[in-house]
Amino acid sequence: MAWEAAARVRNRYRRRSPGEPRAVGYLYLLPALAVFVLLVLVPLGQSVWYSLFDWDGLTPATWAGLSNYTGLVTDPTLRAPFVHALVLLVFYALVPIAIGLLLAAAMSRVRVHGLTFFRTVLFLPQVLAMVVVAVAWRWIYAPDGVLNQVLRLVGLDGLTRSWLGDFTLALPAVGVAGTWVGFGLCMVLFLAGVQTIPRELYEAARLDGAGAWQEFRAVTLPALRPQVAVAATLTIVAGLRNFDLIYLTTSGGPGNSTAVPAYEVYHRAFETNQVGSAAAVGIALTALIFVLTVTVSRLVEGRER
Amino acid sequence: MSRPAPRRRVAAVLLATAALALAACSAPGSNDSSAPKTKAPSEVSTDVAKAGKVTLRVWDQEVRGGQNAQMTKLNQQFMDAYPNVTIKRTSKSFTDLKTTLKLALSGDTAPDVVEVNQGYPDMVSFVKAGYLQPLDSYASVYKWADRYPSSLLDLNRVSDDASHFGEGKLYGLSQMGEFVGVYYNKTKLKQLGIAPPTTWDEFTTALAKAKQGGQVPIQFGNLDKWPAIHTFGVIQDQLAGKDEVRNLVFGKGGASWTDPKTVEAAKTLQDWAKRGYFPSGVNGVGYDDSTKQFGQGKGVFLVTGTWAAADLKGPMGDALGMMPPPSASGSDPVTTGGQSLALGVTSKSAHPDVAAAYVNFMTDAKAAGVMQDTGNLPAVPATDAASQASGVDADILDGWSSLNQDNGLVPYLDYSTPTFYDTLTAALQRLIGGQDSPEEFAKTLQADYEKFQQG
Repeated sequence: MAWEAAARVRNRYRRRSPGEPRAVGYLYLLPALAVFVLLVLVPLGQSVWYSLFDWDGLTPATWAGLSNYTGLVTDPTLRAPFVHALVLLVFYALVPIAIGLLLAAAMSRVRVHGLTFFRTVLFLPQVLAMVVVAVAWRWIYAPDGVLNQVLRLVGLDGLTRSWLGDFTLALPAVGVAGTWVGFGLCMVLFLAGVQTIPRELYEAARLDGAGAWQEFRAVTLPALRPQVAVAATLTIVAGLRNFDLIYLTTSGGPGNSTAVPAYEVYHRAFETNQVGSAAAVGIALTALIFVLTVTVSRLVEGRER
Repeated sequence: MSRPAPRRRVAAVLLATAALALAACSAPGSNDSSAPKTKAPSEVSTDVAKAGKVTLRVWDQEVRGGQNAQMTKLNQQFMDAYPNVTIKRTSKSFTDLKTTLKLALSGDTAPDVVEVNQGYPDMVSFVKAGYLQPLDSYASVYKWADRYPSSLLDLNRVSDDASHFGEGKLYGLSQMGEFVGVYYNKTKLKQLGIAPPTTWDEFTTALAKAKQGGQVPIQFGNLDKWPAIHTFGVIQDQLAGKDEVRNLVFGKGGASWTDPKTVEAAKTLQDWAKRGYFPSGVNGVGYDDSTKQFGQGKGVFLVTGTWAAADLKGPMGDALGMMPPPSASGSDPVTTGGQSLALGVTSKSAHPDVAAAYVNFMTDAKAAGVMQDTGNLPAVPATDAASQASGVDADILDGWSSLNQDNGLVPYLDYSTPTFYDTLTAALQRLIGGQDSPEEFAKTLQADYEKFQQG
């Protein structure tokens, strides 16, 4: 019997031409799949499950249905963090990419002496631990901090303020710190991309009388499309997941004007014992990241690939 | 990107469903532990030496200098006294302890003795889940009621239905005391020609004088959100009185946050901010930074807790003084205060008698001496403690004893509801920043308060 079965299997594969998909391929996937299921899918499923309950993390939970999710829309203290996260994306993703492109374009036109040095310096924020970044920016923004000192020095006393304590400006202030962290990565990505663009394209453009702007639009930007997509995906994910910078600079304050979803997840799960609601925020955040990154990469990369 | 084949899509859906099914065996938290066992006082054994070989696992948050020193010393003394006991200590910072304790308590190898934070999210939740043992039998055997004033013991009590705290069964003892007071810079006061104020009116007059003299009247930094709780609490305590504030925090007697006196307190705080009694932009200054500034001589007064003394002593030396906030009448001081985290015994502890003996050991008179030697404020200091200390340490011991004698300690305002810390800190930042009027501030607090009282 056994050899019969074995022969049947053997025959099945013999009939196929090499290179055709085989069921056995799935066997090779199994180890990685098992790890993925165990470490990613199961916890994800667990979070979805928790998000359907009212649970303090200790005593038995009560079924809450979708009320944790409707709370995301109806509760202003939960709605605001998502709005803040979207505002922060301008600073965490859009501006760093713009700066990165600008620097890359400039460096592609002019030969900069000591390029490696500048590249290293500009990339440095990306390497620093977020704690260091946060503490440094807290000092920069302090009422007697560097920023206000510089403003006073140039006679702009009227603009000085306690930046992180200002209800309207705390969010952009944190955003600028995020920009400072993020643009180095974009720049390095784009610089690497620029180096793969054939010199001939630039020469041709110049022969046709293209200026700096036209050269950038017609040659550099289109060639950098894949890098822009990668940079956008990375910065959007990092921006939406952002927790440490907020936690270490403002803890969501003043008031709740800098609260973001990731901070809300931590806060609810560990500080106020609202595990169900925390899970719902987390799932909603995951969905938002997923939708945004897929949309952006499709838009930037184009449909065909 | 190519469109995923239908079969792949089916597989993805199947995987997701499987993951959900795997995760969703039962409602979370439903494998409930049985109610904690309790012993009658007659069943309690106080003889640790007879307990056999015991390993006592202790989780605490005493990681800072003096706090860590007293813990290490006392643990060693306990092990020397009872060689059959080995203490395995795990110490983490306050935030780390708060986030990991929940999981540790629900695990099978829970620690025996844990430091639990008072209030709804921690102690009350743990009691509700049955993770902590009531210690009333031990309290009667070891006579803890004689050792501690009732105002301190009550903070570690949780009601039988675990719906509120401040009364009910006892779930722990705290080693150290703390209160919010007024630090002052003696050199600055002398320069301004002001004597240390003894009444609330004198204090507010001193603030105005300091401002006129070109000084920062009160050093203050509220970027970390919580410091304003203490500043507001001190004002509210003087204007509304201790009974009113206690009723508010413990939800008794129909007290309301919109009562005129609390609104008046909010008005005062906002007024101080407007008059420039605080440094400009307080919502953007970190707490540690503001304390450091005061230590460097920026600011005449600083309203904060006894815990700041250790950091201020060094730079200020004899110029530093501290007192409970001057009261309206000039006597019977009232202020926000309480005690360190409570040493509690877990329900899963296999050696509750040894654990309770340890709690007793850590809080007795001898332990108080060790705490004082290591620069801490024991919850129950020796009667001659103040005369043995000097400088700001003596000030603090004096303040603590008069507060306890006159029953002047009022619990932290954020104990009021499970979400009150968030509501209060955000509202205070808005009040100080001028975003909300005192009336709006009071309404915000009352809304949170009513929601909890009804729920």
